[in-house]
Amino acid sequence: MGKLREALQSGKFVVSAEIAPPKGVDVSEMLESAELLKHRVDALNVTDQQSSVMRLGSLACAHLLVERGIEPIFQMTARDRNRIALQSDLLSAHVMGIENVLCLTGDYVTLGDHPQAKPVFDLDSVALLQAARGLEQGHDMSGKELKGTPKFLLGATVTPGANPLEPQLIKMEKKVKAGAQFFQTQAVYEPGKFEAFMKFAEQFKVPVIVGIIPLKSVGMARFMNKNVAGVHVPEDVISELGQSEDKYKKTLEITARLIKQMKGMCQGVHLMAIGWEQKVPEFLDAAGL
Amino acid sequence: MYTITKQKPSAEVLESLGGARNIYIIGCGTCATVCRTGGKAEVVEMKKRLEEAGKAVTGWMVIPTACDSMTRDALEEEAAKLKQSDAVLVMSCAFGVQKVADNSENVVLPALDTLFFGMEGAPGQFSEVCVQCGECVLADTGGICPITICPKGLVNGPCGGTRDGKCEVDSSKDCAWTLIYNRLKKEGRLDRMRRTQKSKNFQAMTRPRRGACAQ
Repeated sequence: MGKLREALQSGKFVVSAEIAPPKGVDVSEMLESAELLKHRVDALNVTDQQSSVMRLGSLACAHLLVERGIEPIFQMTARDRNRIALQSDLLSAHVMGIENVLCLTGDYVTLGDHPQAKPVFDLDSVALLQAARGLEQGHDMSGKELKGTPKFLLGATVTPGANPLEPQLIKMEKKVKAGAQFFQTQAVYEPGKFEAFMKFAEQFKVPVIVGIIPLKSVGMARFMNKNVAGVHVPEDVISELGQSEDKYKKTLEITARLIKQMKGMCQGVHLMAIGWEQKVPEFLDAAGL
Repeated sequence: MYTITKQKPSAEVLESLGGARNIYIIGCGTCATVCRTGGKAEVVEMKKRLEEAGKAVTGWMVIPTACDSMTRDALEEEAAKLKQSDAVLVMSCAFGVQKVADNSENVVLPALDTLFFGMEGAPGQFSEVCVQCGECVLADTGGICPITICPKGLVNGPCGGTRDGKCEVDSSKDCAWTLIYNRLKKEGRLDRMRRTQKSKNFQAMTRPRRGACAQ
């Protein structure tokens, strides 16, 4: 059994973080970050062509983590592959020792660095979960029997701060029905709103791992408020950061406080450090994790 | 419904004409006239542009609807002039270009880019509302097509990129699934949105598609 599955089943507060494959083949920095986090997280997400920017693949990088005894969460978007390639990559993931798969729709193609590429979106995140679940049950999307069946721990995402929220919740329910066994959320900075969201989400009995992006600067917070869907950093948090003398210390403090406030509401925390991967242990220390 | 077109840049048109000197121009009296890309005024303007570029215009006409079967008769009437022409430049959508090519021995070249099939909202403003997917989903989506209005063609609800009812791809455009949600909610039919929809059957869109009138 994988570490993440075991941790979620035991009811332990789960810790995950993410690493991004490089644009190129020099994996040294990515692996250095991964080694540093190895004993601090239950699993490490590997992003799939994040923001539609062409990079080294998440499948290969997740496999590199497996080889080093680090448990990956293989992120898989439906943006670039049709159902034949997606199912095939799911089978490939299994034979490479990858158990955890986070099923995503994916950002749109024009947001990335190959805006002229053909957008695929043959499946959506719900259908990708269903396809993976089907493979586990021994058949592909056409109902054809498999020779040997894979086993996955299937994850999905949800945005607790979406506006309007109800369409998100309707889709979350579909993801649960399709086979999602855990959720990782978009970054949350408002524990009060998150608590209200969790009151709804509790009915599904599926673990929710709350996402947090450490606020590196006032500019970053304002940028996310303006540009990142479903992310809202409240004004008092922004001014708290702005008025502090030691910005990094304040970032640590805010992040640790958010984790402590939401720890009792959900089943884990997912730290998206976006370039600060090697500082994640300090954030976890500050939060007492 | 209109086929929405835009004029190709002059340089591209001249490049495609290459060494052809004697040019016959055809416009279309339907969609290209409405779009002001290939009606009478634009054909006359093109004649001027070609002449300025050193070409001779052997003749021109605006066929009422370039994509229908009357085009053949119109071409026959102009046979003498077409025979003197090195190329025919068609200022219609690609349907008209292909109809002319099918019925002519001439080199036939497009002067327009065909963009989409649009429905007119405000006068002169067109939107794409259907991509001819072959298996209509409007019954479950409040009459709003997610295959067309959502850039990702999502069938099971919004992606995580939607923001205050707008689309991650273009914040000036509405999120299809927010529109669908609002409509179904108003109709008391949100149960339709809660149904998990099957992925689209792209086999129903295998090209080229053919059809015949129902018997």
